[in-house]
Amino acid sequence: MGDLISNNSEIVTPGDGQGFATTRLADMLAWAQKYSLFMYPFVTACCGMEFMAVSSPRYDFSRFGSEAPRFSPRQSDLLWVVGTIVQRQAPILRRIYEQMAEPKWVLAFGTCASCGGFYDNYATVAGIDKIIPCDVYVPGCPPRPEAVLDGLMLLQDKIQKGDRRPAVVKPRHDPVDDPGLGLVQVRRSRSSRPSNAPT
Amino acid sequence: MAKALVDLIARTFPDAIVETSAQHGDETVVLTPDSWKSVARFLRDDPRARLDMLMDLTAVDYPDREPRFEVVVHLYSLTKGHRLRIKARVGDAEGENAELDTLTELWASANWAEREAYDMFGVSFRGHPDLRRILTYPEFEGHALRKDYPAERIQPLVPYRDVPNIEKLAPFGRDEGMPFGRQTHAHGRLEIPSDEPESL
Repeated sequence: MGDLISNNSEIVTPGDGQGFATTRLADMLAWAQKYSLFMYPFVTACCGMEFMAVSSPRYDFSRFGSEAPRFSPRQSDLLWVVGTIVQRQAPILRRIYEQMAEPKWVLAFGTCASCGGFYDNYATVAGIDKIIPCDVYVPGCPPRPEAVLDGLMLLQDKIQKGDRRPAVVKPRHDPVDDPGLGLVQVRRSRSSRPSNAPT
Repeated sequence: MAKALVDLIARTFPDAIVETSAQHGDETVVLTPDSWKSVARFLRDDPRARLDMLMDLTAVDYPDREPRFEVVVHLYSLTKGHRLRIKARVGDAEGENAELDTLTELWASANWAEREAYDMFGVSFRGHPDLRRILTYPEFEGHALRKDYPAERIQPLVPYRDVPNIEKLAPFGRDEGMPFGRQTHAHGRLEIPSDEPESL
Protein backbone atom coordinates (compact mmCIF):
# COMPACT_ATOMS: atom_id res chain seq x y z
CA MET A 1 0.00 0.00 0.00
CA GLY A 2 2.75 2.41 0.93
CA ASP A 3 4.17 2.16 -2.55
CA LEU A 4 0.97 3.30 -4.12
CA ILE A 5 0.65 6.73 -2.54
CA SER A 6 3.12 9.42 -3.42
CA ASN A 7 3.84 12.04 -0.79
CA ASN A 8 2.35 14.96 -2.57
CA SER A 9 0.96 15.65 -5.95
CA GLU A 10 3.43 16.55 -8.66
CA ILE A 11 0.81 17.72 -11.05
CA VAL A 12 -0.99 20.35 -9.03
CA THR A 13 0.96 23.44 -8.02
CA PRO A 14 -0.43 25.63 -5.26
CA GLY A 15 -1.17 29.15 -6.37
CA ASP A 16 -1.10 32.39 -4.39
CA GLY A 17 -4.38 31.89 -2.60
CA GLN A 18 -6.53 32.38 -5.66
CA GLY A 19 -7.19 28.63 -6.17
CA PHE A 20 -5.03 28.44 -9.27
CA ALA A 21 -3.63 25.18 -10.61
CA THR A 22 -1.59 24.21 -13.63
CA THR A 23 -1.15 20.79 -15.15
CA ARG A 24 0.06 19.12 -18.27
CA LEU A 25 -2.29 17.69 -20.82
CA ALA A 26 -0.83 14.19 -20.61
CA ASP A 27 -1.21 14.16 -16.85
CA MET A 28 -4.75 15.38 -17.08
CA LEU A 29 -5.61 12.73 -19.64
CA ALA A 30 -3.99 10.05 -17.48
CA TRP A 31 -6.00 11.31 -14.51
CA ALA A 32 -9.16 11.05 -16.57
CA GLN A 33 -8.27 7.61 -17.86
CA LYS A 34 -7.50 6.09 -14.50
CA TYR A 35 -10.88 7.08 -13.10
CA SER A 36 -12.93 5.94 -16.08
CA LEU A 37 -11.76 2.40 -16.70
CA PHE A 38 -14.35 0.61 -18.78
CA MET A 39 -13.76 -3.03 -17.99
CA TYR A 40 -14.16 -6.18 -20.00
CA PRO A 41 -14.54 -9.10 -17.56
CA PHE A 42 -13.09 -12.25 -19.14
CA VAL A 43 -14.31 -14.56 -16.39
CA THR A 44 -13.54 -18.22 -16.83
CA ALA A 45 -13.29 -19.88 -13.44
CA CYS A 46 -13.86 -19.77 -9.69
CA CYS A 47 -12.13 -16.39 -9.29
CA GLY A 48 -15.31 -15.03 -10.81
CA MET A 49 -17.02 -15.40 -7.44
CA GLU A 50 -14.45 -13.12 -5.89
CA PHE A 51 -14.82 -10.75 -8.83
CA MET A 52 -18.54 -10.56 -8.07
CA ALA A 53 -17.71 -9.82 -4.44
CA VAL A 54 -15.47 -6.96 -5.45
CA SER A 55 -18.07 -5.51 -7.75
CA SER A 56 -20.93 -5.80 -5.29
CA PRO A 57 -21.72 -3.12 -2.68
CA ARG A 58 -19.55 -4.35 0.21
CA TYR A 59 -16.27 -3.81 -1.65
CA ASP A 60 -17.68 -1.85 -4.56
CA PHE A 61 -14.90 -1.10 -7.02
CA SER A 62 -17.12 1.39 -8.77
CA ARG A 63 -15.81 3.77 -6.10
CA PHE A 64 -12.59 3.75 -8.15
CA GLY A 65 -14.23 4.72 -11.38
CA SER A 66 -14.12 1.19 -12.68
CA GLU A 67 -17.83 0.78 -12.73
CA ALA A 68 -19.13 0.17 -16.19
CA PRO A 69 -18.63 -3.29 -17.68
CA ARG A 70 -18.54 -3.29 -21.46
CA PHE A 71 -19.11 -6.67 -23.02
CA SER A 72 -17.67 -5.46 -26.27
CA PRO A 73 -13.89 -5.31 -26.32
CA ARG A 74 -14.04 -2.33 -28.67
CA GLN A 75 -15.55 -0.16 -25.94
CA SER A 76 -13.37 -1.23 -23.05
CA ASP A 77 -9.96 -0.15 -21.72
CA LEU A 78 -9.26 -2.69 -19.00
CA LEU A 79 -9.28 -6.45 -19.61
CA TRP A 80 -9.88 -8.41 -16.42
CA VAL A 81 -8.67 -11.96 -16.99
CA VAL A 82 -10.37 -13.76 -14.13
CA GLY A 83 -9.54 -17.43 -13.84
CA THR A 84 -7.70 -20.22 -15.59
CA ILE A 85 -6.99 -19.86 -19.29
CA VAL A 86 -6.71 -23.16 -21.13
CA GLN A 87 -4.96 -23.62 -24.45
CA ARG A 88 -8.29 -23.92 -26.17
CA GLN A 89 -9.38 -20.50 -24.90
CA ALA A 90 -6.08 -18.80 -25.69
CA PRO A 91 -7.05 -17.77 -29.26
CA ILE A 92 -10.26 -16.22 -27.93
CA LEU A 93 -8.43 -14.22 -25.26
CA ARG A 94 -5.85 -13.13 -27.81
CA ARG A 95 -8.55 -11.95 -30.18
CA ILE A 96 -10.41 -10.07 -27.44
CA TYR A 97 -7.18 -8.31 -26.54
CA GLU A 98 -6.45 -7.41 -30.14
CA GLN A 99 -9.95 -6.01 -30.62
CA MET A 100 -9.60 -3.59 -27.73
CA ALA A 101 -8.73 -0.05 -28.73
CA GLU A 102 -5.65 1.71 -27.40
CA PRO A 103 -4.93 2.66 -24.71
CA LYS A 104 -5.64 -0.65 -23.03
CA TRP A 105 -4.56 -2.40 -19.86
CA VAL A 106 -4.68 -6.01 -18.70
CA LEU A 107 -5.13 -7.21 -15.14
CA ALA A 108 -4.43 -10.87 -14.28
CA PHE A 109 -6.83 -11.81 -11.52
CA GLY A 110 -5.66 -14.72 -9.40
CA THR A 111 -2.81 -17.16 -9.50
CA CYS A 112 -4.03 -19.13 -12.52
CA ALA A 113 -4.21 -16.11 -14.78
CA SER A 114 -0.87 -14.88 -13.44
CA CYS A 115 1.23 -18.00 -13.83
CA GLY A 116 -0.99 -21.05 -14.30
CA GLY A 117 -1.02 -21.87 -10.61
CA PHE A 118 -0.91 -25.55 -9.88
CA TYR A 119 -2.32 -26.38 -13.31
CA ASP A 120 1.01 -27.48 -14.73
CA ASN A 121 -0.32 -29.69 -17.48
CA TYR A 122 -1.18 -30.14 -21.14
CA ALA A 123 -4.33 -28.06 -20.97
CA THR A 124 -3.42 -24.81 -19.25
CA VAL A 125 -1.64 -21.67 -20.38
CA ALA A 126 0.90 -21.02 -17.63
CA GLY A 127 0.02 -17.36 -17.25
CA ILE A 128 -1.72 -15.03 -19.67
CA ASP A 129 1.53 -13.11 -20.15
CA LYS A 130 2.57 -15.95 -22.45
CA ILE A 131 0.09 -14.69 -25.03
CA ILE A 132 -0.79 -11.08 -24.16
CA PRO A 133 1.14 -8.40 -22.27
CA CYS A 134 -0.05 -7.95 -18.72
CA ASP A 135 0.09 -4.85 -16.51
CA VAL A 136 -0.91 -5.94 -13.02
CA TYR A 137 -0.88 -9.38 -11.43
CA VAL A 138 -3.10 -10.02 -8.43
CA PRO A 139 -1.95 -13.21 -6.70
CA GLY A 140 -4.24 -15.35 -4.59
CA CYS A 141 -6.35 -18.42 -5.05
CA PRO A 142 -8.66 -16.60 -5.24
CA PRO A 143 -7.39 -13.17 -4.15
CA ARG A 144 -9.15 -11.40 -1.33
CA PRO A 145 -11.25 -8.44 -2.47
CA GLU A 146 -8.80 -6.14 -0.68
CA ALA A 147 -6.00 -7.52 -2.84
CA VAL A 148 -8.07 -6.85 -5.93
CA LEU A 149 -8.69 -3.28 -4.82
CA ASP A 150 -4.95 -2.93 -4.21
CA GLY A 151 -4.39 -4.22 -7.74
CA LEU A 152 -6.85 -1.74 -9.17
CA MET A 153 -5.25 1.16 -7.29
CA LEU A 154 -1.82 -0.04 -8.37
CA LEU A 155 -2.99 0.01 -11.96
CA GLN A 156 -4.43 3.50 -11.55
CA ASP A 157 -1.12 4.64 -10.13
CA LYS A 158 0.69 3.15 -13.08
CA ILE A 159 -1.70 4.80 -15.51
CA GLN A 160 -1.09 8.14 -13.84
CA LYS A 161 2.66 7.70 -14.10
CA GLY A 162 2.55 6.30 -17.61
CA ASP A 163 4.39 3.25 -16.34
CA ARG A 164 3.78 0.15 -18.49
CA ARG A 165 6.11 -2.17 -16.59
CA PRO A 166 4.21 -5.13 -15.12
CA ALA A 167 3.80 -5.25 -11.36
CA VAL A 168 2.57 -7.65 -8.69
CA VAL A 169 0.30 -6.70 -5.82
CA LYS A 170 2.21 -7.19 -2.60
CA PRO A 171 0.51 -8.60 0.50
CA ARG A 172 -0.94 -6.04 2.84
CA HIS A 173 0.57 -5.53 6.22
CA ASP A 174 -1.78 -6.46 9.02
CA PRO A 175 -1.57 -3.77 11.75
CA VAL A 176 -2.59 -6.29 14.38
CA ASP A 177 0.71 -8.08 13.84
CA ASP A 178 2.66 -4.94 14.73
CA PRO A 179 3.48 -5.16 18.47
CA GLY A 180 4.34 -1.47 18.70
CA LEU A 181 0.77 -0.39 18.02
CA GLY A 182 -0.74 -2.48 20.79
CA LEU A 183 -3.81 -3.37 18.76
CA VAL A 184 -5.94 -6.39 19.56
CA GLN A 185 -8.02 -8.43 17.18
CA VAL A 186 -11.69 -8.03 18.09
CA ARG A 187 -14.52 -10.25 16.94
CA ARG A 188 -12.20 -13.16 16.27
CA SER A 189 -14.92 -15.48 17.54
CA ARG A 190 -18.28 -14.78 19.04
CA SER A 191 -17.79 -17.07 22.05
CA SER A 192 -14.61 -15.36 23.24
CA ARG A 193 -16.19 -11.93 23.12
CA PRO A 194 -16.74 -10.43 26.59
CA SER A 195 -20.36 -9.83 27.37
CA ASN A 196 -19.83 -6.20 28.44
CA ALA A 197 -17.76 -5.25 25.40
CA PRO A 198 -18.81 -2.03 23.73
CA THR A 199 -20.43 -2.56 20.40
CA MET B 1 -28.43 -57.88 -4.91
CA ALA B 2 -25.80 -57.10 -7.45
CA LYS B 3 -24.25 -60.52 -6.93
CA ALA B 4 -27.41 -61.97 -8.41
CA LEU B 5 -26.81 -59.79 -11.46
CA VAL B 6 -23.35 -61.28 -11.91
CA ASP B 7 -24.82 -64.78 -11.73
CA LEU B 8 -27.48 -63.72 -14.19
CA ILE B 9 -24.85 -62.59 -16.69
CA ALA B 10 -22.86 -65.78 -16.13
CA ARG B 11 -25.92 -67.92 -16.86
CA THR B 12 -27.09 -65.94 -19.86
CA PHE B 13 -23.68 -65.29 -21.46
CA PRO B 14 -21.40 -68.16 -20.38
CA ASP B 15 -18.51 -67.02 -22.58
CA ALA B 16 -18.72 -63.30 -21.92
CA ILE B 17 -17.14 -62.99 -18.47
CA VAL B 18 -13.36 -62.65 -18.18
CA GLU B 19 -13.31 -62.18 -14.43
CA THR B 20 -15.41 -60.78 -11.63
CA SER B 21 -14.56 -58.99 -8.43
CA ALA B 22 -16.29 -57.16 -5.63
CA GLN B 23 -15.21 -54.35 -3.36
CA HIS B 24 -17.25 -52.81 -0.58
CA GLY B 25 -20.33 -54.51 -1.98
CA ASP B 26 -19.91 -53.17 -5.51
CA GLU B 27 -19.73 -55.92 -8.08
CA THR B 28 -17.46 -55.61 -11.11
CA VAL B 29 -17.67 -57.76 -14.22
CA VAL B 30 -14.94 -57.75 -16.84
CA LEU B 31 -16.45 -58.65 -20.19
CA THR B 32 -14.91 -59.72 -23.45
CA PRO B 33 -14.93 -56.87 -25.99
CA ASP B 34 -17.01 -58.96 -28.40
CA SER B 35 -19.85 -59.39 -25.95
CA TRP B 36 -19.71 -55.78 -24.71
CA LYS B 37 -22.75 -54.42 -26.45
CA SER B 38 -24.99 -57.48 -26.27
CA VAL B 39 -24.45 -57.84 -22.52
CA ALA B 40 -25.06 -54.12 -22.05
CA ARG B 41 -28.30 -54.35 -23.99
CA PHE B 42 -29.35 -57.34 -21.89
CA LEU B 43 -28.57 -55.47 -18.67
CA ARG B 44 -30.63 -52.53 -19.76
CA ASP B 45 -33.68 -54.46 -20.99
CA ASP B 46 -33.94 -57.53 -18.80
CA PRO B 47 -36.62 -57.02 -16.11
CA ARG B 48 -34.37 -58.58 -13.45
CA ALA B 49 -31.52 -56.15 -14.19
CA ARG B 50 -33.23 -52.99 -15.54
CA LEU B 51 -29.99 -50.98 -15.39
CA ASP B 52 -31.55 -48.00 -17.08
CA MET B 53 -28.97 -45.35 -16.28
CA LEU B 54 -25.39 -45.10 -17.48
CA MET B 55 -23.76 -43.00 -14.81
CA ASP B 56 -20.24 -42.88 -16.13
CA LEU B 57 -18.06 -44.21 -18.89
CA THR B 58 -14.34 -43.71 -18.80
CA ALA B 59 -11.07 -45.52 -19.46
CA VAL B 60 -7.94 -46.42 -17.53
CA ASP B 61 -4.47 -46.83 -19.01
CA TYR B 62 -2.33 -49.67 -17.64
CA PRO B 63 0.83 -49.29 -19.73
CA ASP B 64 2.34 -52.57 -18.52
CA ARG B 65 -0.67 -54.67 -19.37
CA GLU B 66 -1.89 -56.16 -22.59
CA PRO B 67 -4.65 -55.34 -23.46
CA ARG B 68 -3.62 -51.94 -22.31
CA PHE B 69 -6.83 -49.99 -21.73
CA GLU B 70 -9.74 -50.79 -19.49
CA VAL B 71 -13.03 -49.13 -20.40
CA VAL B 72 -15.15 -48.78 -17.27
CA VAL B 73 -18.90 -48.24 -17.18
CA HIS B 74 -20.95 -47.61 -14.07
CA LEU B 75 -24.57 -48.64 -14.38
CA TYR B 76 -27.43 -47.86 -12.04
CA SER B 77 -31.02 -48.96 -11.90
CA LEU B 78 -33.36 -46.11 -11.08
CA THR B 79 -36.28 -48.49 -10.51
CA LYS B 80 -34.48 -51.21 -8.55
CA GLY B 81 -31.75 -49.13 -6.94
CA HIS B 82 -28.85 -51.45 -7.62
CA ARG B 83 -25.55 -50.84 -9.34
CA LEU B 84 -23.11 -52.75 -11.49
CA ARG B 85 -19.70 -51.91 -12.90
CA ILE B 86 -18.74 -53.46 -16.21
CA LYS B 87 -15.33 -53.30 -17.84
CA ALA B 88 -13.73 -54.33 -21.11
CA ARG B 89 -10.03 -54.54 -21.94
CA VAL B 90 -8.87 -53.32 -25.34
CA GLY B 91 -5.76 -52.15 -27.14
CA ASP B 92 -2.28 -53.57 -27.64
CA ALA B 93 0.92 -52.37 -25.97
CA GLU B 94 1.31 -49.41 -28.36
CA GLY B 95 -2.26 -48.35 -27.80
CA GLU B 96 -3.34 -49.37 -31.29
CA ASN B 97 -6.49 -51.29 -32.15
CA ALA B 98 -8.29 -50.03 -29.08
CA GLU B 99 -11.81 -50.49 -30.39
CA LEU B 100 -15.09 -51.21 -28.72
CA ASP B 101 -18.72 -51.07 -29.73
CA THR B 102 -20.50 -47.86 -28.82
CA LEU B 103 -23.22 -47.82 -26.19
CA THR B 104 -24.73 -44.59 -27.49
CA GLU B 105 -27.84 -46.21 -28.89
CA LEU B 106 -28.51 -47.90 -25.54
CA TRP B 107 -27.84 -44.93 -23.29
CA ALA B 108 -27.66 -41.45 -24.78
CA SER B 109 -25.38 -40.36 -21.94
CA ALA B 110 -22.65 -42.56 -23.40
CA ASN B 111 -22.25 -40.15 -26.30
CA TRP B 112 -20.07 -37.49 -24.74
CA ALA B 113 -18.45 -39.92 -22.30
CA GLU B 114 -17.21 -42.01 -25.20
CA ARG B 115 -15.96 -38.90 -26.94
CA GLU B 116 -14.03 -38.06 -23.79
CA ALA B 117 -12.51 -41.55 -23.59
CA TYR B 118 -11.56 -41.23 -27.24
CA ASP B 119 -10.06 -37.80 -26.71
CA MET B 120 -8.08 -38.63 -23.59
CA PHE B 121 -7.07 -42.24 -24.27
CA GLY B 122 -7.56 -42.92 -27.97
CA VAL B 123 -10.12 -45.66 -27.52
CA SER B 124 -12.32 -45.80 -30.63
CA PHE B 125 -15.98 -46.65 -30.35
CA ARG B 126 -17.40 -48.44 -33.37
CA GLY B 127 -20.70 -47.02 -34.53
CA HIS B 128 -20.48 -43.81 -32.53
CA PRO B 129 -22.48 -41.10 -34.32
CA ASP B 130 -19.97 -38.28 -33.82
CA LEU B 131 -16.59 -39.47 -32.56
CA ARG B 132 -14.68 -36.19 -32.29
CA ARG B 133 -12.45 -34.77 -29.59
CA ILE B 134 -14.54 -33.15 -26.91
CA LEU B 135 -12.14 -31.52 -24.42
CA THR B 136 -9.02 -30.78 -26.42
CA TYR B 137 -8.93 -29.15 -29.83
CA PRO B 138 -8.77 -30.84 -33.23
CA GLU B 139 -5.14 -29.78 -33.67
CA PHE B 140 -4.13 -31.71 -30.55
CA GLU B 141 -1.72 -34.57 -31.26
CA GLY B 142 -1.80 -37.71 -29.19
CA HIS B 143 -4.01 -38.48 -26.23
CA ALA B 144 -3.32 -36.52 -23.10
CA LEU B 145 -4.17 -39.01 -20.37
CA ARG B 146 -2.16 -41.88 -21.79
CA LYS B 147 0.69 -42.70 -19.47
CA ASP B 148 3.22 -42.25 -22.28
CA TYR B 149 2.08 -38.71 -23.07
CA PRO B 150 4.98 -36.49 -21.89
CA ALA B 151 3.92 -34.69 -18.74
CA GLU B 152 5.47 -31.36 -19.78
CA ARG B 153 4.30 -31.41 -23.40
CA ILE B 154 2.00 -28.54 -24.28
CA GLN B 155 0.52 -27.77 -27.68
CA PRO B 156 -0.35 -24.06 -27.77
CA LEU B 157 -2.92 -22.90 -30.27
CA VAL B 158 -1.49 -19.38 -30.40
CA PRO B 159 2.25 -18.86 -30.49
CA TYR B 160 3.73 -17.47 -27.32
CA ARG B 161 4.86 -13.85 -27.37
CA ASP B 162 8.26 -13.20 -28.82
CA VAL B 163 9.92 -11.77 -25.73
CA PRO B 164 13.00 -12.97 -23.87
CA ASN B 165 12.57 -15.39 -20.98
CA ILE B 166 8.92 -16.11 -21.77
CA GLU B 167 8.88 -18.92 -19.22
CA LYS B 168 9.30 -16.54 -16.31
CA LEU B 169 8.49 -12.95 -17.18
CA ALA B 170 9.00 -9.92 -15.01
CA PRO B 171 7.87 -9.01 -12.39
CA PHE B 172 8.19 -12.58 -11.17
CA GLY B 173 11.54 -13.28 -9.57
CA ARG B 174 13.53 -16.45 -9.81
CA ASP B 175 11.69 -18.17 -7.02
CA GLU B 176 8.28 -16.64 -7.69
CA GLY B 177 5.58 -17.46 -10.12
CA MET B 178 5.42 -21.20 -10.03
CA PRO B 179 8.22 -22.28 -7.70
CA PHE B 180 7.03 -25.83 -7.24
CA GLY B 181 6.26 -26.65 -10.83
CA ARG B 182 7.63 -29.47 -12.91
CA GLN B 183 8.45 -27.02 -15.67
CA THR B 184 10.99 -25.20 -13.53
CA HIS B 185 12.61 -28.05 -11.65
CA ALA B 186 12.59 -31.22 -13.69
CA HIS B 187 14.51 -29.72 -16.58
CA GLY B 188 17.02 -27.79 -14.55
CA ARG B 189 16.20 -24.51 -16.25
CA LEU B 190 15.99 -22.73 -12.95
CA GLU B 191 18.26 -23.33 -10.00
CA ILE B 192 17.02 -21.92 -6.74
CA PRO B 193 19.79 -21.56 -4.16
CA SER B 194 18.71 -23.22 -0.97
CA ASP B 195 20.21 -23.66 2.47
CA GLU B 196 18.00 -26.63 3.19
CA PRO B 197 19.47 -30.12 3.05
CA GLU B 198 18.89 -32.16 -0.08
CA SER B 199 16.77 -34.72 1.72
CA LEU B 200 13.97 -32.21 1.96
